[in-house]
Amino acid sequence: MHALVAFLQDIPVDLLIIQTVNGVVTGMILALVASGLTLIFGIMDVVNFAHGELFMLGAYVGVIVMVATGNFWLALIVSFLVIALLGAVIQIVTLRPLIGRDPLNTILVTFGISLILQNFALWYFGPIARRMPSPITGHFILFYLDYPWYRLLIAALSAAIIGGFWLFLKFSKYGVWIRATTQDRVMAQAMGIPVPLVFTGVFALGAGMAAMSGVLFAPLVGVDHTMGLDWVLKAFIVVVVGGMGSLGGSIVAAIFISLLESYAAIWVDPSQAVIVSFVVLILTLLFKPTGLFATPK
Amino acid sequence: MSEAPTSTQPLISVEGLHTYYGKSHILDGVTLHVGAGEVVGLLGRNGVGKSTTLKTIMGLVHASAGKVLLEGKDIAGVPSHKLAHRGIAYVPEDRRIFRLLTVMENLRVGLDRDGVSDARKNELLDKVFAFFPRLGERRHQAGGTLSGGEQQMLAISRAMMLEPKIILLDEPTEGLMPSMVTQIREIIDALHREGVAILLVEQNVPLTLASSQRIYIMEKGIVRHQCAASELDVNHAVIKQYLGV
Repeated sequence: MHALVAFLQDIPVDLLIIQTVNGVVTGMILALVASGLTLIFGIMDVVNFAHGELFMLGAYVGVIVMVATGNFWLALIVSFLVIALLGAVIQIVTLRPLIGRDPLNTILVTFGISLILQNFALWYFGPIARRMPSPITGHFILFYLDYPWYRLLIAALSAAIIGGFWLFLKFSKYGVWIRATTQDRVMAQAMGIPVPLVFTGVFALGAGMAAMSGVLFAPLVGVDHTMGLDWVLKAFIVVVVGGMGSLGGSIVAAIFISLLESYAAIWVDPSQAVIVSFVVLILTLLFKPTGLFATPK
Repeated sequence: MSEAPTSTQPLISVEGLHTYYGKSHILDGVTLHVGAGEVVGLLGRNGVGKSTTLKTIMGLVHASAGKVLLEGKDIAGVPSHKLAHRGIAYVPEDRRIFRLLTVMENLRVGLDRDGVSDARKNELLDKVFAFFPRLGERRHQAGGTLSGGEQQMLAISRAMMLEPKIILLDEPTEGLMPSMVTQIREIIDALHREGVAILLVEQNVPLTLASSQRIYIMEKGIVRHQCAASELDVNHAVIKQYLGV
């Protein structure tokens, strides 16, 4: 008991607050990556292993546009459009012919695509990371840290994009189509919804959202051909913990896991803090394999 | 409005339909037709292929041989979503409403089509809410929270949103309490008065005989008997032969 009290008293409050902010910021980007992933899985049962590469290519497109025009917002929009188009092409060419096949087929295909895109990026852009300038450079004082405003902007923008996406799903005609198709593909078709088109649209949308996350994240670490790997791994954990196909679950799980990792980083090396995610994943799979917030189909 | 089919050209005609599930031969040459505005009953014991006939017409199951014609045009290979816009609506046996969508959203799925004005949308909604006031009261409730009878009303209403020429109606009264069965009977009659054709698959023989103009009786994947509904009653030898236990 005394040990616990002593431990709790020893927690540095300032560090705790800093790590909370960090956790929320990463959590929001992660939520943006994961929401595309979970949407794609929910509607067409495709586990998209190429999602991280769409994130990475999105960041590259962002850098190119940013360098050419100096306009970050344009970079964000162009990257969304280019990668959404790429996503649509990938879906039509490789996934559409596999609709109704064993999920293993689509896993292999998306895994193959991820290798192709990664090596394309290495060949085309080279192994040296590109720097992406922040759209805003100001800092504010968070205890003893100069904390960049940009990090908070990322969290706010991610939240805005997810919010906009939620409104789209909730109220627009195509949002209703997407939700209906997710629940019952056959009946959706019988009610006049062009299901193959909806699949393509959702894949494009998910790809575009991954691309925007890539652009938002790029100024923090720089852009290289492997930057998608970490994110897709974490996004998969988030999607499983949140409940495959549950958008709300993914968002909550993304923030939850990022916060846990941030807090763990107070005591252990940040590279080891990742273990926390795996612990959560394993516990979820053991005790609630459908995820914490699985939506009934 | 498209041109009305002539008496020589039925709305739907099914010719020698063969359908397999894997290796089991479900439909073994089904032939039937439904005229414009006609209510046609399809009777038979469980597993004789009635539901499969509906699914095949809707394009949800592919026939290995035979033809389905809609107003004289072959619709083999036409995807279901296009058939829905060409006038065929489907109300499946298990209702299959979108459980997480609200009542309104379920209806919107059929309503958000090209070329439907807002005024027309409201008219269609008013019509089903007048028929089924319960749905109106529950319009913002998730479909999955409705009772079985309400779900059946929603499934039929959802099909009506497509303004179909024909509704393929699969066992609409299955598992419903008698007051609900009466409501289903009334909606079938109302749709008939409006000129909507119905191909009705039912286990409820009295309801089918009362609602339909013509009857087909199926056995083992094939139509064995056809006649006017008025020629039959529940005690008729034909009914005993094909449906009696």
